[in-house]
Amino acid sequence: MSSSEIPVSGGAETTLAEQIVAPARKRGGRISSVQRAAASPGVTILVVVIALLWSVPTFGLFVASFRPPTLITTTGWWSGLIPPWNFTITNYENVIQANGMGQAFLNSLILAIPGTIFPLLLGAFAAYAFAWLRFPGRNLIYFIIVAMLVIPSQIALVPMLSLFTTLGLTGQYAAVWIAHTAFGLPFAVFLLRNFFATLPKDLMESAHIDGASSFRVFWSIVMPLSVPALASLAIFQFMWVWNDLLVALIFLGGNPDRAPMTLTVANLVGQYGENYPVLTAASFLSMALPLIVFFSLQRYFVRGILAGSVKG
Amino acid sequence: MATMATQQQEAMTVPPRQRRRGISWTAFIWIAPAVILLIAFFVYPLISTIQLSFLDATSTTYVGLKNYQQIFTNPNLLDVLKNNLLWLVVATILTVGLGLIVAVLIDRVRIESIIKSALFIPMAISFVSAGVIWRFMYIYEPANQTQIGLLNAVLAIFHIAPQAWTINEAYNNFALIAVYVWMWTGFSMVIISAALKGIPDDVIEAARIDGASRLTMFWRVTVPMIAPTLGVVTITMIINVLKIFDVVYVMTGGNYNTSVVAMEFYNELFTFGNYGLASALAVLLTIAILPVMFLNIQRIRAEERTR
Repeated sequence: MSSSEIPVSGGAETTLAEQIVAPARKRGGRISSVQRAAASPGVTILVVVIALLWSVPTFGLFVASFRPPTLITTTGWWSGLIPPWNFTITNYENVIQANGMGQAFLNSLILAIPGTIFPLLLGAFAAYAFAWLRFPGRNLIYFIIVAMLVIPSQIALVPMLSLFTTLGLTGQYAAVWIAHTAFGLPFAVFLLRNFFATLPKDLMESAHIDGASSFRVFWSIVMPLSVPALASLAIFQFMWVWNDLLVALIFLGGNPDRAPMTLTVANLVGQYGENYPVLTAASFLSMALPLIVFFSLQRYFVRGILAGSVKG
Repeated sequence: MATMATQQQEAMTVPPRQRRRGISWTAFIWIAPAVILLIAFFVYPLISTIQLSFLDATSTTYVGLKNYQQIFTNPNLLDVLKNNLLWLVVATILTVGLGLIVAVLIDRVRIESIIKSALFIPMAISFVSAGVIWRFMYIYEPANQTQIGLLNAVLAIFHIAPQAWTINEAYNNFALIAVYVWMWTGFSMVIISAALKGIPDDVIEAARIDGASRLTMFWRVTVPMIAPTLGVVTITMIINVLKIFDVVYVMTGGNYNTSVVAMEFYNELFTFGNYGLASALAVLLTIAILPVMFLNIQRIRAEERTR
């Protein structure tokens, strides 16, 4: 009797497993790529044309930044592609020496690294509580924070500027760190809470039974298991802070010694207007690091976008 | 039978109720740093902005709804609202629409990832640099001179007079929207593309066997299947575009009738020092975003329940 039951229960298990796995497999997409017909050559050509159109503006600036100043302002950048080539790094030398882009690069790093770590850490603390601790008002507070995702950050600028000025923080790096931490928090809490909530419950429970404190569970279980989510968020936040202009513009109070690259470039636009030899090189320098980060960590970047907007 | 009994016994030894820990008051310590910062940067400014919006330019006298009245009667400010509406409609439709079209097109192309990267790169570029890139595209030289801006050079090939893209009020708002579309289409494309991969193969096969044309398939199968994702992307874009500031700031600073609400808010505040009007604009922007915000929260709560 007992032996006859084993295959039955085994059979039931497979059915159950199939029931669970089958929709997942469907959701996972194609079973074999053969089933979907390959694109026609027309479609391939069309998307290549779209991709080229999309790349032309950036490529044009890139080419122009290596052309001699006199040529930039008299001929189109595309004529520089026709041999004999006449490329130079003068623009970059000028920009780095005369316009303080070296210091600006350093400032961007000084602003962006803590501006990434702080919101990540504080966001993770809060997200852990929202995902795994029970306390009154948990859902209400969480949804208020999610609602803050859409509030225009301009609203905070004036009240915070006057507060920072009172505290003597305006013009300091710390003012920008604090502002970016606050502005980055809603997204950080949202994304991390969603990720933390999917971690296996048994793992937390057994750690607690073994006498581990919440603090220990957080540092030795939750954080190590969440490295993919933390990486996505870190890249996002880093790009955001690095590319930010508004926060730096307002909270640095026009202190040029602490201005990041975006602010320096924006000032160059204001100062020189149409001085493209300076502008092309300067803006390309400011794009260099985000582009490197983007190309080397594109997968995490995309994953962060998907986690933030689709998984919900 | 014996096995069943053992199984039942085993089941009994596992606590029948979920092991529930009591209310954790230390949780408030975990959320405190985030909550304090968020109160300082979101809740307090919101309350203070609402208060200021009922006061005059220097925040000394109570003026009631005068600031709001001004927004809806002053012709310049009405133009600002009109521009924001134009942005909302055109930029949202273009980013979502183009994102959808490209995502569908590249779904079966072998070099998919390269195409995706090309459209996605602008996401990594700051608005400031994007501004320089597009100013460079839009450069205008008088008709008898060599055009060094690509767009006007292309027009010159067809013997069309060069255009002052960011200055001519007939289309300069569209020139600015183009910059935003260039930056954000990759974003919607990536999300929509991920949703497309989730459409089961048998659905596509069934439609094809039924003899559905490409276009029928797109409208009757693809679009309905990914409708929730399209909704999410559209909501994200609407929120983004309502708040649009950076593109306008770097391209025109709101001049030549290209200002939008967030740009006008900035100008009223930092150029004209009119705190009352600036605050009213900010409140208006927040009110416009509220319905979208509720939609968003409802969606997130629905997903919580299915988790």
